[in-house]
Amino acid sequence: MSVIQPTPPPVEETPLYVSHQKVYPRVVKGAVRRVKWAVVILLLGLYYIVPWLRWDRGPNAPDQAVLVDMGHARLFFFWFELWPQEIYFLTGVLVLAAIGLFAVTSLFGRVWCGFTCPQTVWTDLFMWIERKVEGDRNARIKLDQGPKNRAWWRAKTIKHAAWLAIAMATGGAWIMYFNDAPSVTWAMLTGQAGLTVYGFFALFTATTYVLAGAAREQVCTYMCPWPRFQGAMLDENSLVVTYRDWRGEPRGKPNDPTAGDCVDCKACVHVCPTGIDIRDGQQLECIGCGLCVDACDDVMQRLDRPKGLIAFETLKNLAASEAATKGMAPGAERLAQGMAVRVPQKILRPRTLVYAGVLTAALVVMLGAWLLRETLTLTVLRDRAPLYVQLADGGLRNGFTLKLAQKLRGELALPLVLEGPPGLRLLVQDAALDAEGRPLLTTREDGITQWRALVTAPEGMRLRGSTPITFRLLDAQGRTLLRQSSVFLGPDR
Amino acid sequence: MPTKIEKDSVTGQMTTGHEWDGIKELNTPMPRWWLYTFYACIAFSLVWVVLYPALPITGATGLLNWTARGALPAQQAAERARIEPMMTRLRAATPEQIAADPELRGFALAGGRVAFANNCAGCHGAGGQGAPGGFPSLADDDWIYGGGFDAIQHVIRHGVRANESDEQRGIAMPAFRSTGMLNAAQVNDTAEFVLSLTGRSTDAAAVTRGETLYAENCASCHGDRGEGNRDLGSPRLNDRIWLYGGDKAAVIHSIAYSRAGVMPSWQGRLDPAMVNMLTVYVHALGGGE
Repeated sequence: MSVIQPTPPPVEETPLYVSHQKVYPRVVKGAVRRVKWAVVILLLGLYYIVPWLRWDRGPNAPDQAVLVDMGHARLFFFWFELWPQEIYFLTGVLVLAAIGLFAVTSLFGRVWCGFTCPQTVWTDLFMWIERKVEGDRNARIKLDQGPKNRAWWRAKTIKHAAWLAIAMATGGAWIMYFNDAPSVTWAMLTGQAGLTVYGFFALFTATTYVLAGAAREQVCTYMCPWPRFQGAMLDENSLVVTYRDWRGEPRGKPNDPTAGDCVDCKACVHVCPTGIDIRDGQQLECIGCGLCVDACDDVMQRLDRPKGLIAFETLKNLAASEAATKGMAPGAERLAQGMAVRVPQKILRPRTLVYAGVLTAALVVMLGAWLLRETLTLTVLRDRAPLYVQLADGGLRNGFTLKLAQKLRGELALPLVLEGPPGLRLLVQDAALDAEGRPLLTTREDGITQWRALVTAPEGMRLRGSTPITFRLLDAQGRTLLRQSSVFLGPDR
Repeated sequence: MPTKIEKDSVTGQMTTGHEWDGIKELNTPMPRWWLYTFYACIAFSLVWVVLYPALPITGATGLLNWTARGALPAQQAAERARIEPMMTRLRAATPEQIAADPELRGFALAGGRVAFANNCAGCHGAGGQGAPGGFPSLADDDWIYGGGFDAIQHVIRHGVRANESDEQRGIAMPAFRSTGMLNAAQVNDTAEFVLSLTGRSTDAAAVTRGETLYAENCASCHGDRGEGNRDLGSPRLNDRIWLYGGDKAAVIHSIAYSRAGVMPSWQGRLDPAMVNMLTVYVHALGGGE
């Protein structure tokens, strides 16, 4: 007897790698496109213009409104100026930005990806140039498939030259955020800038050119981590770009009464910058730019059908419409039924409330930290070796290093007094004395002055072990501006 | 190795054949240029290994023969060139002038701190606190040869009893016992008198005997009442600071067998600018004079 083996199902061999399918997005007009242009112009305008804004901070200070001054370790942002030890304010801004991004994503889907991400913005700009030089979708496909003749070389040269020019402007503008814009521009043009400047200029020129010119949607699909975990922020109440399949299916000819509203014109596919078909449902590659919404609305308008076959819609509404129209034949009645069961987007839900709560808390903490930020700080470092010094007459002396940081402009001379057991004497090396004989600590505008203070306990005071003392910095009226406590050390026995 | 490539029933997509506890991986092919980028990175690393020291083998410095140590002298030279204008000013100025100029003083204190750590801290301690056994504290107010700028600089330049400079400081104290100048009882009496200068003697009769011995043998250098003599470098004996310890045994040892600390001369070893920086730094340690 022979055992009959079932035939194994045929296995399709899918390769692990495929050749890259170039995307040829078609030009599109409409409401979403207009918003996107406005955002592109606003963001690019900000990026290129902000380094040139001037902001008067008085003499001896940079007059650039936004400047990350690595050499002097200062961060200038209009009326704010941060020292390196206050970098947590920057961290706080980034925390706020991250939570804000979570909140916006949970409400409106991938608006960051589709509208404001630099990758999207610069790709939009590069595609615009591509269209101006090589023509729209069909012309570009034809050009790429055709012979490499004069016209081909001409178009490609112009396009890449324009791309490179924008990339260089982008790389150059990046440098300006870290250097004085007019002088670094002049230095770069005259070949006098340093290797670091040219290096970063080349780096950001290259990344702009490659990412916006060549890599494009592959950055979003294969490189960016954000699409991988933003699924955690989205739920059925978030707005996402959606094809209303309950209205569109079955697809068919415009004059076919049994067909749904989708005429399968593929306009949504042709305008898509990532080259996907939104009618396949939610997918990782969709950046939520909404250009397919414009494309479909345009077609629907021409066919005299209501807009919104593809729309920013919640998955909850989509499911509701689908359930309400189940089994109904295509037509106006199905459409009305499907649209009638839709409910307004639910804004307040546990997820958004948590995001709002965290956002508010972070904001309050940051604001509080900023309001309590000290612009004048005194640091007292006591000598570690030696801990105390035996003096010839039997007295004891402790040495301290005082650092007075003045984060504002303007110079001060403030008297320093010592609080502690009576009899302790305070001497600050090289400090002038005021009328009452107290040492005057002077500040350096936007800088630190360092002083060496010697505290002496005369013979007979017999300070043993550790005795608390406090340094107090007074203002002109004698009020305490700052206090720092420390200890006076003596022998244990 | 992938073992079971199959079609996923939900997505209709093929799997890679990899499976972890029932979780299967869909095969979503990537554009091939990503693979080439990966190969390019490997090629880069191979070139790097050939050119630069990358293997943990002594002498495997790569074709470029680059080493971090080899790159150091050029960096040091660049740094020296950068501070040279400041060093020139420091060479030309006196320590008093340096101390009076905030810019020079700030530079000298920072540079002096480093120079002190490199050259002086071994004996005098990291903060100039000194060490038992004859390494004087530089942070107190007791200066054997004087605490002014000139006196400090003289000691740094010429040293103490090192026989490296004709202008060195310090003379030899006789070893009174081992040379037979004083016997054990006389040493004891002298020590009692020395202790009495700071009110610590316990034997009044010995003090009386010791006073004469002190006047004959010690006063010429240490002064009638132990005031010391900075010109000779004879320490004060009437204060609380004892270079070799202030208890009776240590004093007896000093009288009997002498003490003679040695410090090298730094002139010629250190850049004159650095000697100036050290002078200002040491002067600031304990407040100077």
